[in-house]
Amino acid sequence: MWRRSRKASISAVAAPEGLAREKERETVREDRLPERPPAIYDGRTAAPEPAATEKPASREPREAAEGRAPGKTLMAVENLRVSFRTHGGEVQAVRGVDLQLREGETLAIVGESGCGKSVTARSLMRLLPEQTSKLGKDSRIVWKGVDLTRLKEKELRKLRGAEISMIFQDAMTALNPTLTVGEQLIESIALHRKVPRSEARKIAVEMLGLVGIPSPETRLKQYLGEFSGGMRQRIMIAIAASCNPSLLIADEPTTALDVTIQAQILELFRMLQQKTGVSIVLITHDLGVVAETADRVCVMYAGEIVESGSVRELFRRPRHPYTRGLLASMPRLDRDRSRQLEPIPGTPPDLFAPPPGCAFAARCPHAMEVCRLHHPASTQVGGSHSVSCWLEDPRAQQAPPSSPAGRSAAIG
Amino acid sequence: MASYILKRLVSMLVTLWLIVTVTFFLMHSVPGSPFDKDGKNSNPTAVQNMMAYYHLDEPVGVQYVLYLKSLLKLDLGPSIGHFPDSVNSMISRGFPVSFQLGMIAILFAIVAGIALGTVAALYKNRLIDQAAMVLAVLGIAVPNFVVATLLIKYVAVEWHLLPVAMWGTWRHTVLPGLALATGPIAIIARMTRANMVEVLTSDYIETARAKGLHPFVIVTKHALRNAVLPVVTLLGALIANVLTGSFVIEKIFAIPGMGKYFVDGINNRDYSVIMGTTVFYSALLLFMMFLVDIAYGLIDPRIKLHRKER
Repeated sequence: MWRRSRKASISAVAAPEGLAREKERETVREDRLPERPPAIYDGRTAAPEPAATEKPASREPREAAEGRAPGKTLMAVENLRVSFRTHGGEVQAVRGVDLQLREGETLAIVGESGCGKSVTARSLMRLLPEQTSKLGKDSRIVWKGVDLTRLKEKELRKLRGAEISMIFQDAMTALNPTLTVGEQLIESIALHRKVPRSEARKIAVEMLGLVGIPSPETRLKQYLGEFSGGMRQRIMIAIAASCNPSLLIADEPTTALDVTIQAQILELFRMLQQKTGVSIVLITHDLGVVAETADRVCVMYAGEIVESGSVRELFRRPRHPYTRGLLASMPRLDRDRSRQLEPIPGTPPDLFAPPPGCAFAARCPHAMEVCRLHHPASTQVGGSHSVSCWLEDPRAQQAPPSSPAGRSAAIG
Repeated sequence: MASYILKRLVSMLVTLWLIVTVTFFLMHSVPGSPFDKDGKNSNPTAVQNMMAYYHLDEPVGVQYVLYLKSLLKLDLGPSIGHFPDSVNSMISRGFPVSFQLGMIAILFAIVAGIALGTVAALYKNRLIDQAAMVLAVLGIAVPNFVVATLLIKYVAVEWHLLPVAMWGTWRHTVLPGLALATGPIAIIARMTRANMVEVLTSDYIETARAKGLHPFVIVTKHALRNAVLPVVTLLGALIANVLTGSFVIEKIFAIPGMGKYFVDGINNRDYSVIMGTTVFYSALLLFMMFLVDIAYGLIDPRIKLHRKER
């Protein structure tokens, strides 16, 4: 099934990137994550048995050693549901997302276009348009003990840009072309830090220096058009970091940049995190970026989190067929170059009327009868690794999921 | 740049000459003369003398050449209706008043138009928006002399809020200014709304929201700046429009501006006044358009440089 549709279908992950970029990125990443066993990425041929049969307890000796020491919970999102009223009806963009974010960690949210990543990110600071969007009744976004869904606009404004700030994808359009860069920095510093403008100016110069912009004094007076793409993103980051936020939400921060600049920007994030201990939510569709920067990953599909865990857990033992598909559709250095990438056939489901069962069932090579009718529950598979898939059900593990029976169920 | 300006100046002169020629011959092709009005009981010898004084007894071709000659000396000739007065002195007396009225109208138009357009954009597709846009369509559709008479009837006559007519204090300027501004208000409001709706959906507005700025700051500092740029380019044409459009309004409100002389001139067949005001306003309009074009030329190739200097 995967093979047959490969030529016609569009790769879920690799397609948006140019081939040249892919190649370049590999060189950047070459020395990272070298310990990955080759079999992990191969979604089609990787036998699910070792992952499925392995006992969760025996698997996570490195959990504690991994990443930075986990701090206390900064933000907890429970059952986040967001829908949009449109002419065609109500689109359920986010359908019950649970997230835990600890202090000082980087959480990546991955998924293909239109799976609700950005909507989730924007709801974290309640940025969605009030006119057209609707938050679920029992959705909770608990930030340092306060439920953000209950706050009024006025109270939210004190939080935005000060405690939680956001970095957008394309700094060219996300910054105002008619104001000087300095003004855009100074206005939020003066507002949130409550300092006079002369003081805010000094901080702005410091921030520009910190993000690596040479001669910040003169650059402060310049307009957006006078900066290169990477510089603009640095300015964007400087603005976001200028009020010492506890949480930085970065929505595809490197997607519009070429690979060399991308590496520099990611390095900048790392440096900021080390200096200030800020937590980062990184929205991306680029698994390379995830592997390089994140501590934990959530894989989103059709408005839901289908799999989450630490980077190592997820990259070593992807459990959900969608995660495996994503990994298989990505080019790798340690594999024969003549081999074609494996795309995930099909497109995500219509979110006007999401399917009652698993949203991925229609595209899943292992789909069973139950997948289309009933929603899979989230299963803990060890450590922080959890996955929502019927394959994790003890009853499903008796038969090899990729057997012909399973496939015919997917097609039929 | 210099050659462009030179070219434009030459084409402006040619345009002006065409306007002078067409107006001159059209005016003279209408039967009658300035002294027909009370001609029946006036002394025929006196009329003869007057015709001779103003060279009206000569063939039209000769008159035309004579007029062009004096025009080259920037002399618009003596007025026929107001004998000792020259057209030049009438313009130098009347134009400052017309200019003041026009500027007040433009001020009204900019302030009210941008405010109306912004509010409409902020409440897009809701009642306020629809009401504002109906008003804007009315402003374009209803001629300003109708608006002027309505304003006089209600604001001045019935409610006694402002003087009915005449010129003097600032209170006198409000009603004619408003009447003159209705069209431009509507045009600016519609344009601002369209731009504003677009700007409000742009990414940098979302960034501004993510910074926690107050909505008022977002609109005035981040959105308006970008939405109003196209309106600025429209302004040159609008100013010329308002200045020339004030003839009727000045007549209605009995304002001693150029419009009064112009309308009186037409009624009295005052040839030199008609010609003089036409030439003056044509030149003004051409000059405004020239300025706007020069501004485009400056903005177009290096918009950044231009903004930097601003």
